[in-house]
Amino acid sequence: MMSKAMSQGDRIIQMGLCCPALIICGVFVWLLFDVVSQGISGLSWQFLTQLPADAGRAGGIVSIIVSTFIVLIIALLVALPIGLGTAIWLAEFADEDQTGMAVAVWVRRSLQLLAGVPSIVVGLFGYAVFCQLLGLGYSLLAGGLTLGCMILPLLIGSLEAGLRAVPCTYRINAVALGLSKFSVIRRILLPQAAPALLAGLILSIGRALAETAALLFTSGYVTRMPESVYDSGRVLSVHVFDLAMNVPGGDKNAYATALVLLLGLLLINSVLKKVVNIWAAREN
Amino acid sequence: MYRHKVDIKFVGLLRLLVMLAACIVLLIFGFLLTEAWPFLFSEHGGQLFTDAVWHPTTGQYNLVPVILGTLYTTIGAVSVAVPFALATAIFCQFYAPRWFGRLYTSVMEVLAGIPSVVYGFWGLVVLVPLVASWQGSGASLLTGILVLSLMILPTGTLLAIAALKQVPSEWIQGSYALGLSRWATIKNIALPASGHGMLNALLLQSTRAIGETMAVLMVCGNSTLFPFGLFEPVRTLSANIALEMAYAMEMHRAALYSSALVLMVMVFILLFLNQFQNRLESTANGKS
Repeated sequence: MMSKAMSQGDRIIQMGLCCPALIICGVFVWLLFDVVSQGISGLSWQFLTQLPADAGRAGGIVSIIVSTFIVLIIALLVALPIGLGTAIWLAEFADEDQTGMAVAVWVRRSLQLLAGVPSIVVGLFGYAVFCQLLGLGYSLLAGGLTLGCMILPLLIGSLEAGLRAVPCTYRINAVALGLSKFSVIRRILLPQAAPALLAGLILSIGRALAETAALLFTSGYVTRMPESVYDSGRVLSVHVFDLAMNVPGGDKNAYATALVLLLGLLLINSVLKKVVNIWAAREN
Repeated sequence: MYRHKVDIKFVGLLRLLVMLAACIVLLIFGFLLTEAWPFLFSEHGGQLFTDAVWHPTTGQYNLVPVILGTLYTTIGAVSVAVPFALATAIFCQFYAPRWFGRLYTSVMEVLAGIPSVVYGFWGLVVLVPLVASWQGSGASLLTGILVLSLMILPTGTLLAIAALKQVPSEWIQGSYALGLSRWATIKNIALPASGHGMLNALLLQSTRAIGETMAVLMVCGNSTLFPFGLFEPVRTLSANIALEMAYAMEMHRAALYSSALVLMVMVFILLFLNQFQNRLESTANGKS
């Protein structure tokens, strides 16, 4: 598309459009520079390995990191079976007959709605169901279950796309060999789609890590080291929020925690890029 | 219809999982409704719009200022973000060197993953004092709009770029071949052809802005008075829930669940518009 020489007017418009792009870049550089420069001074080995003290003003975040991992793992344990099952059905079984297709339309619609539900509302739902109805109270388990509901639409979407990307000849040949659909999926489709599935999984982990509002009233605020999944525990993003809003003088550690959160997301993002590249290389 | 026994069991299991996944949104709606029921469908229901103020401890539940706060921040953020996203997308796709477009896209992909709480935190420690040094207390509608627009920008830009990429390159090449300038090509061909995708992007980002909690909670000042100016503090529906849920009891609690329902309805209207728009587009494509 770049083969067209620019006229005088185009040059002026290019200049004009260049400004917003530069402004946006400038603002984001400002934001990131601020978080990195302020956060780096608080970041140390002690910060990562000590328990928080004095409401988080002093000490480290080790219990916060542990809670975050536990919540993420629970969320994935819940979301992965449901997500994978739904994705397999949508990709491999839904198009087989009229009813399947009609049901699939509604399933997709429902997932689309779920993706649109504000996270605070999912949090309210989690509070009413997991904390109160099931009697889990503020706990890592309740937080993980709520988060599992939240990441489901994204997870299903990317898993289904991954399955659909496997060439159809594989399925036809496998069926011609007399394999059951179950073994086709288990032995051929899942291994073939593995990098794409992994990419979808990593994407969902990133989303889950960034989530705050849904966890405010489900996993709670407690900064102690969790002893079981029934304990309440604070995740990284809630820690940033609480230090910034409710703890005067907590800014320094809030910056450092925000930096840890950003570095974690950056790590996830680069792993994602790697996986996608491996997948793309295998395609060729 | 399946020749292998294992397939029958397998498909049964899958169907169960699909039902579970599809029911979650119904469950959410159902639970909100049950929790909101004692407030919404009693003599209190009308209070949401007729009471003098939102002051739950004295039994006053006027939600209008909070609804207005949500609408103002959302509309403000979208109207700030749209021109920037559109201009940057056009720049990347038509005017910038190809390496710049690629770099910009991948930077935006990373930025789209920044947690909203980090945007909110940055807004709180950097933007609020900045606005305060200009006018008012700083924690205001304006700050909320700025932070929120920044938050929806990366994804908005990515979607706008994707919409421009959808335009068939033959159309662009054809227009160049006819001697049209780049700008004329953009204005007369690329933008009209990608309008549908752009509108999609706009509606999706509005949905995100309307439901966002952390970023607005941290910078908006959270006053429940009627918002009158850009420098006045406002409170959004989501922030209201986050602030009061921890100590809400009985009727207050039910009122908060009712406000969550109001928020859900607003989001669903946007999603419905999006679907309606998609259907219009697909019928239009079917005819041509």
